[in-house]
Parts: sequence; C-alpha cells; structure tokens
Amino acid sequence: MEVTLTIDGNTISVPTGSTILEASQVCGISIPTICFHTATTSNALCRICVVEIAGQRLLQPACIVKAAEGMQIQTKSERVFRARRTILEMLISSVDLSDAPEILALVEEYGAASDRFSNAIRREIPILDDNPMYIRDYSKCVLCWRCVQVCAEDAQYTYAINFSGRGFLTQIATFFDSTMPASTCVFCGQCVAVCPSGALKNKREFLLEQGVTPDQISTMNSGRKKRKTKPE
Amino acid sequence: MAEFDIPLLKSAIRQFLPLGRSGLLPSLHAAQNIYGWIPREVASEIASELKIPLADLHGVIEFYNLFYNKPVGKKIVRVCTDPVCALKGSDQILKHFCAANQTNPGQTNFDKSITIEHSTCLGLCDLAPAATINNMAATNLPQTGEPDTLSMPVSQVYGSHNLLTRHCAGNKSTTLIEYGTYAALQRALLMRPDAVINEVKVSGLVGRGGAAFPTGVKLEGAYTAEGTQKYIICNADESEPGTFKDRILLAYDPHLIIEGMCIAAHAIGANKGYIFLRGEYSYLLPGLELALSEAREAGYLNNKFDVEIRLGAGAYICGEETALFEAIEGKRGLPRIKPPFPTTSGLFGAPTVINNVETLCNLPVIFEIGAEAYHKIGTEKSPGSKLFCLSGDIARPGLYEIPFGHTLRELLHMAGGLINGRSLQAVLLGGAAGTFATSAQLDIRLTFEDLRKAGLSIGSGVVMVFDDTRDLRDTLKRLGQFFAHESCGKCYPCQLGTQRQKEILERIADGKIEPGDTERLKDIGWTMTDASLCGLGQTAAAAVISALDNFPHLFLADNSAN
Repeated sequence: MEVTLTIDGNTISVPTGSTILEASQVCGISIPTICFHTATTSNALCRICVVEIAGQRLLQPACIVKAAEGMQIQTKSERVFRARRTILEMLISSVDLSDAPEILALVEEYGAASDRFSNAIRREIPILDDNPMYIRDYSKCVLCWRCVQVCAEDAQYTYAINFSGRGFLTQIATFFDSTMPASTCVFCGQCVAVCPSGALKNKREFLLEQGVTPDQISTMNSGRKKRKTKPE
Repeated sequence: MAEFDIPLLKSAIRQFLPLGRSGLLPSLHAAQNIYGWIPREVASEIASELKIPLADLHGVIEFYNLFYNKPVGKKIVRVCTDPVCALKGSDQILKHFCAANQTNPGQTNFDKSITIEHSTCLGLCDLAPAATINNMAATNLPQTGEPDTLSMPVSQVYGSHNLLTRHCAGNKSTTLIEYGTYAALQRALLMRPDAVINEVKVSGLVGRGGAAFPTGVKLEGAYTAEGTQKYIICNADESEPGTFKDRILLAYDPHLIIEGMCIAAHAIGANKGYIFLRGEYSYLLPGLELALSEAREAGYLNNKFDVEIRLGAGAYICGEETALFEAIEGKRGLPRIKPPFPTTSGLFGAPTVINNVETLCNLPVIFEIGAEAYHKIGTEKSPGSKLFCLSGDIARPGLYEIPFGHTLRELLHMAGGLINGRSLQAVLLGGAAGTFATSAQLDIRLTFEDLRKAGLSIGSGVVMVFDDTRDLRDTLKRLGQFFAHESCGKCYPCQLGTQRQKEILERIADGKIEPGDTERLKDIGWTMTDASLCGLGQTAAAAVISALDNFPHLFLADNSAN
C-alpha cells in the first residue's frame, strides 16, 4: 500500500509506514539529522530534522513521523530554518564539535554562528581514560543517546552506561562513576562505532592522534601478549 | 557493607519486589527514609533485589531532586526562591538561615546536622514565604527563617461557588462520614459506560491541569481502546509555580478525588488507579492513605477497582503525562513521543486516562447535578467553575472558586486588590509556563476562548500579581532558572535552550543586557516553542516572549530597576 504526499512542492508516493525522512530521500530532498541512526531506535530528540506540516501547530520530527495521505510538508520554511540554526548555535556553544564533521557541515550549511552565545557555560569534562580499549571525552558528547541505546536493548543488553544529572548538565555515566572495567562493559565496541562526535574513541586512534608512535603503542601492550610457558 | 544495615533495607523493600522495575521509586524512598541518603552499597542491593541494571538505577537516582547519592544533613531544609516566595523575602530568609547554621545554599554543614537548599515552587504560594523542613511544610516564614511550629498548611478558600471546594473551608481533611456517600458514583454505576462518557461530553468539562483537553473525549479514547488492563491516573504532581489548588483538594477533600477516579474507572473499565503525588507533598500521605482505607471499608474501592499512591521524587517534568508514566515505571522522568497517546498506550503500554486532580473532582459534581445543569455554569465554551490560585502582591491570597466568565478585574477585586494600595504592574496568568497580562487587559473575561483570543492562557489557574514596585527582570530570571533546573535534558531545544535563556535573563536582571540579547531570546524562545518534544520546552519561553511584547522597556540597555 502507498500514500501520496507533497514535500516542498514535490508530489510523491511512498510505501505506507514510511517516515517523512524516508520519503524525503525518495525525492532527493536532504533533511539534516544528528541523533538518528539506522541501527538505533529513533527517539526524535535532537529535533534538527523538524519540518513544517500544514495543519499542525508545531514543527514535527521527520525521523519518526509517518508520511500520511495528503500531507503537505515544508522542509525549508523560515520556522524550520530558525529552529535548525538556533539548535546548532546552542550546540556549538555547549560542546566541542571539532571531531564531528557532519555536524560542522550543518553548522556551515545553516549559517550558525559559533560565537552567538557569550558567557555561556560549556560542558567541559576531563577525558576518562580507564581501560585499554577506548577513551571517553564527554566534552564532545552531544547526548544523542546512541551509545546508551546500543549498550541496552538496541544491541548488547549489557547496560554498562546510563545518565547522570538532568537538563543541560546531563552526562553519560556508569554506576556511581565506576571505571569501565569495573562496570558490566564487555568492550564490544558498539558504542564507539555509533558515536557521531568522537566522544568515544578507539584508544589506539586516540594515542596516535596524541603523537604516540605505533612502536610505543606496541610496547604498552607487549606485556599482555606474553604467553605463559609450562615448566618442564 | 557492614556499615549499612542491609537486613533493614531488605525488609523495607520486600513489598516492592513483585513490582520489579516499577518498585524502584518506592524502594529508593524507603532506603532514603532509613539512611537519609542512598549509599552505593544500598543502591547495589536494591538493583540486585529488583533485578535492575546498576547503571540504570544510578540514572534514576541522579534524575530526581529528592534522592541523594551523597550524605546529607539530619535536617533537610528547602527554601523556595521562586517568584512568589521571592516577593515575600525568601532570598533574605535563605541567606539568614545559612549564616545561622554556618553553611551555604546547596551544602551540608560541618557536623552534618543540616543541609539547606534552594527549592523550586512548593505549592505554598498563598502562604509565602515557604519552605519544607524534613518534608514538613513551613509557611509564612519570619525573616529569621525559623518557623515557630511545623503544622499542616492552612489555606484560605474564597469564591462565589463551592461545587469543588464545599469541604475545603474547615482547614482539615474531610472524613467519609462527613463526606457522606459516594452518591454521584452510585448514579454513574447505574449507567452504562458509554452513557457515562456521553454525560461528561455533554457537560463540556475540559482538563484543569493546563492543557484543557475535553475530558469526555479522553474517556472515550480509552474506553474504545483495545485491552483488558486499563488505568486511571490522578496527576497530583502539582509543581507549576503559583499553583496550590490541588494541594488544597488533596488535603481537605480526598474523597471527592477518589469518587471522581471511581467514576472514570467505570467509564473506561479500569481495574487499577494511581494517585501520583509530588514528592514535596509527602506530608499529605497520611490523610490520603486514610481516605483510601475508608473508601475500601465502605466498598467503593474493591477488587474491581482499587487505587494506589505513588510518590514522586522532585521533578516538575513528571507532571507531563508520559513522563509521569515513566516515573511510575521506575525510570528517569523523560517524556515519550506522542503518538501513541495515553488513551491507547499509556502506563505500562496500556490504555490510560490521566487527569489533573481538579478535573477528576468535577466528575462527582457533574453526576450530582447533571451535565446540563453543569453546562449552564460559566460560559458556553467554558462551562463549570474554575479554581484560581491568587498569590503575590494581592491583599487576600488564596484559592478562589468562581464560574468561568468573570473578568480578571473582578477576580482581583474579590481578592481585595493590590496590597498597601499600590498599583498593578502585571499579572502572570498560568504560572511559569504562562503569560503576562497588563493593566490594560483587566477587562478580559477569564474563559478559555477570551484569553486565547488575547494571546493569554488560563493554564492551571495561576493568578500571580506584581505591583508597580517590582522588578520584573528579577521575576523573569527566576522563571528562567526554574525551567533550566527542571528541563529533563532529552531534547536539544529545551536542554540547551533553557540554559541559554537562563544565562541571558540572569545578565539582564543584573543590568548587563548585551546587544543582540532580545534577538537571542526570541530565537531561543521560538525554537523551544516550535520544536521541543514536550509541553515543558514548548512553554518555557512563553512568559519571556510575553514580556518582550508587553514590557519592552525591561530589555533596554540603559534600563534601571523601574
């Protein structure tokens, strides 16, 4: 079954159950996303994908709202642009986006001013380096939830991480801030794989970026590679 | 491990084990009642008993204001510094109290005897300045901060009508004997559910929590929804600054609420009800539990429909219906995406009718006098009577029950006008999430339709009065601080926007507005209004945008206080 709708003046038909984001891809219209990921449950929390739908008072997130028969959607209205630009301006004033090229591209595209907000508190947290597999640099965390989700029901069912705090001061955290090895983490790497902003980074990659040479990295690990030999 | 009496904890939470994850908030409350805070070992034990992942449990403790994962003082004092209490000098009281106890706001003193904190609105605005001391209400605080005695707050109830407040004038809870029988329920039980729903539709009753959704339509949605397990929830999480009407109903007439829940349960076929009570109203628990047991004894609550109380833990966002479900389910109070709506998928995914305390209290009234008689009260589009909460610079703060249709001027006159003969500067209608009315708008009728046309809101019925000596920039700053404190942090517009808005309002209140600040406030405000995931973010800038429109002088660079 199909539904027919209009996006930015283009009339298209898409399978019933398609989201507006999926429908936009059918007619080549680009809608920005940040928290959306094909492998995680969509929570529509970044709101950067909001679009204007005729007859609806508020802007709607394209990643979860289903295309409906006769829907008329504007993805480039003034209200949409203001919301997207302001979200980006607020985000860049809060966290370090230097490792988030896709988000930086959006900042550029929407003309978001990185210095719009002065005297603005940033989320600046010292890097957590407590295991040999990955580092956590939450000054770069955009709170997209992907890592928490893949550690939970979206993939691993390991539940090593959740949140601390509330509101602007929300952070990703372990139980009573224990180290990763002391948590239920099994170092599967799923969280690192889905992080959009470099807040979770493979330890080796991090060390190489810091200027540590491959040989030096080998030396760090070599102790662990020795096998025990049985006494004769 | 030996430091904490774990067997004591185990026996305290045994009753919650069958609830699984849903037993988390009750278990954390029980643990906190034993230890004063929630140590790591205790949290670990609860996680093990309830079979909850440790990180998840940590996230829940961290979310709620009233749960502490660090040691706190034996005495916990929370002094409200939201707008109304601030008008009555609460900043100075907090300062004085801290100095007298050699500590600072948000800290515990050296011998851990006392912790003193800022609090958001405690629902005691008619008795401001107010605080809670070890969860007991302390009202009309003297400037020294120390209350003489701690007792149940005594509110004044006024107004021409007493359909809802008939038992609220005596300043004590109404027993079942004093209440009489649940005659309205008995009438409703003789009707088929769809007839009950129709009666509510004919009455024209809409929700009284702020969203004004037609109650009959809500009942119908849950009635027709698929499923045999359905719920009625009484939203008693009243936390909107300036609102205290539900506290008065909960304290003085619990049977009116219970009877309303029973009528709603019959309408949709619910077998279970919850009263979700904000954590800061825990002093109302004994009275509510007593009323529930009286209702059970009389057979009104039985194995066909029974009601359980769940205590919140300090989060304004849990007044949002889906966040409230999350709290009962034992999670961080984060709102859900809608659709699906609660009437089809609500608490535990089941069809749920969730209504404000005042809304439920209207149901027995409707079935007592009949829908047509009810509809004749008020106006055609706004039938019935409404509870208005008057506070601030008004001569007679308190609860006013009047029919819809009176003007704002008439209501202020009923309340004795401005104190000390001062003149009116502004009225904040609807609470922190509301809008400012000016002295030019006093002849607007207090109805949904008239206010909407004027770009104003009834909200929960807050009428917060500011005289001409008040610095509204200070008020806006506190409203900004409120929303930043209460934002759940899920969606970007509100998580980031409430923080940025607060920072700008703080510097404006300091007389340090910067070029571009009004544009920033408008961009932030409209982004939150248009794009936030839930009603908190969608209304977090309402008062600011209203002030930008009505009081532009507040945002001028050279502006001094008045």
